[in-house]
Amino acid sequence: MLDRETVLVCCGSGGVGKTTTAAALALRAAERGRKVVVLTIDPARRLAQSMGLTMLDNTPRPVAGLDASAGGELQAMMLDMKRTFDEIVLAHTDAVRAEQILSNPFYQSLSSSFAGTQEYMAMEKLGQLRSTGDWDLIVVDTPPSRSALDFLDAPERLGTFLDGRLIRVLLAPAKAGGKAYLKVVTAGVGMVTNVLTRIIGAQVLRDLQTFVAALETMFGGFRERADATYRLLKAPGTAFVVVAAPEPDALREASYFVERLADDEMPLAGLVVNRVHRSAAASLTAERSLVAAETLEERAEAPLAAAVLRVHSDRVRLGSREQRLEERFTSAHPRVPVVEVAALAGDVHDLDGLRAVGHDLAAASAAGAPGRVAAAG
Amino acid sequence: MSSAPPPVRKVRGRSLGKIVGVGDFDGVRLHVVTGKGGTGKTTVAAALALALAARGRRALLLEVEGRQGIAQLFDSPPLPYEERKVAVAPAGGDVYALAVDPESALLEYLEMFAKIRHNGVAARGLRRLGAVDFATTIAPGMRDVLLTGKAMEATNRRDRGRHLYDAVVMDAPPTGRITRFLNVNTEVAGLAKMGPIRSQADRVMRLIGSPQTAVHIVTLLEEMPVQETVDGVAELEAAGLQVGSVIVNMVRDPLLPAADIVAVARGEVDSDAIRAGLKSADLDVPVELVDVLIAESVDHARRVELESQEREELIELGRPTYELPLLADEIDLGSLYNLAELLCEQGVG
Repeated sequence: MLDRETVLVCCGSGGVGKTTTAAALALRAAERGRKVVVLTIDPARRLAQSMGLTMLDNTPRPVAGLDASAGGELQAMMLDMKRTFDEIVLAHTDAVRAEQILSNPFYQSLSSSFAGTQEYMAMEKLGQLRSTGDWDLIVVDTPPSRSALDFLDAPERLGTFLDGRLIRVLLAPAKAGGKAYLKVVTAGVGMVTNVLTRIIGAQVLRDLQTFVAALETMFGGFRERADATYRLLKAPGTAFVVVAAPEPDALREASYFVERLADDEMPLAGLVVNRVHRSAAASLTAERSLVAAETLEERAEAPLAAAVLRVHSDRVRLGSREQRLEERFTSAHPRVPVVEVAALAGDVHDLDGLRAVGHDLAAASAAGAPGRVAAAG
Repeated sequence: MSSAPPPVRKVRGRSLGKIVGVGDFDGVRLHVVTGKGGTGKTTVAAALALALAARGRRALLLEVEGRQGIAQLFDSPPLPYEERKVAVAPAGGDVYALAVDPESALLEYLEMFAKIRHNGVAARGLRRLGAVDFATTIAPGMRDVLLTGKAMEATNRRDRGRHLYDAVVMDAPPTGRITRFLNVNTEVAGLAKMGPIRSQADRVMRLIGSPQTAVHIVTLLEEMPVQETVDGVAELEAAGLQVGSVIVNMVRDPLLPAADIVAVARGEVDSDAIRAGLKSADLDVPVELVDVLIAESVDHARRVELESQEREELIELGRPTYELPLLADEIDLGSLYNLAELLCEQGVG
């Protein structure tokens, strides 16, 4: 997958290690000789630093410490949502209109808020990176939405809104007269305007009308871009990597996401389950281990050995709980490849840590056990 | 009622009892629960609602992100836009739940403030026109005013002169967004300098900025959630909002003797002694297996060390800190009661 695809989108619910997975995949592909850029949304501070990301400035920067012996290259960047939005406005309208839009309070609220806009801008940035043709592989980390699905819906939501009837009604005063069908609309406009004035106030309504009128010049451009991005996500060369932790909520979200991708005919590479606890000594069962620990404790003998047994028993139990949860996923989605990444004692915040994760991702797929096949490497 | 934060208490699990009826949050009526994704925010919010309803009180648990997480937790069908009783609290008391969605909140708001009947012609017209999409898509500040406005309405609602709910607990957006979400005044200031939305935002702010509201941050003893907690506390305070407590979720008991942690973390373990110990408990295992067991303990000790560093950082915040254990099984109503009781014992309820 890392040698083949041109776009990898990592998605999943918040707190499951999406950014780490994205960075590890990007690093591994680069060290295998590809020219890679990784677009991150909101990386943990130390992980960002380790990749040389200190500024939210929309500019890809080379990652220091890369092993470039295979001829690869790795750059990383952080999404600047507002700037990306500003750039779209500037690209699609004349200077006077652009100024009107950029200074409108509605635009400022929309472009700097986190709900929806971030998802939309991440996809926009992906489209831009893709169109430069500079990269063999673009890895995208999606925004930390509570619901993983938000990010697929966001462009469409914005599109629907911009095409919506409210917009047409708001624009009606500017356009009234002339076309016959508008008379019907105009009849209702007075009432709607009245209602809106009562709810949001006259000044807000004026700002809104100005904003919408200015935006209207860009509608076509907006839609086209949203559609182009959506097509890009479906195109050959794109693959989605769904990321989860071995916990009920995260796996439930992963299930929804897998189903949604299938509905939309989006290509799924597989599921990555991060922070999995497995024991290499599972032949010693949790129960036997615990009985032995209790025996030692009763005799007040070898306290450290007893503790070691308790640690082991705990780990085996945790591991089997995780496995049960994962099996629930695999029985619902038997054809989705699953790759596990072992839990580390601490967080990943250097390239070696990322290499270790990348190694896990690749090793698990190379092992090729049934249900755990080639999602990476 | 006091605006000073309650005293810091260092808590380890179950040992701290507390006199019934006196909580750390006397005077707080709106509890906002936030936390990084994956920290168990919804579970903690539900346990907090149970704790605050204990002993004959009444609490309302509010959900604002449309995920129906509360229904899943209480194993009930999806919640409608209607306050429903979902559980009976320890020692008698009621927990109600409500999933607030922006559309219903908007229609209710219109009915209350603009006298527009929710099923009337004007309301239907607005809905058809996509005015609701407008509120949710293009002006997130407005959506937040609607959601927090509903929390305010429930918090202030009275029945025969006394508050209907003794406490309202909101399962709020994650830490990264919480200050923006609550600070509705600033959010809409750019949009509306006057008018009905501004007035509503001012009313919401009067409650949220008062000592009647406290924000609780749920975290794990891991680097990123702790970092977000520290950042979140700073942001909330800078915005003049009251941080109630830090709730550390999924705490695992250290299994190794405290005196051995440092050495084990460094990998200094006498494998012969461990093997002999196992043997005397009738476990005769090969050397390689002993090494695996020791490696697992080294891992565990390192994590315990990291956790205590993270715990120190949280304590430095100087906020009341509560801890809840990692539960072996999936959360069900029974385990919610256990968590609620642990919160009560630590002084929450």
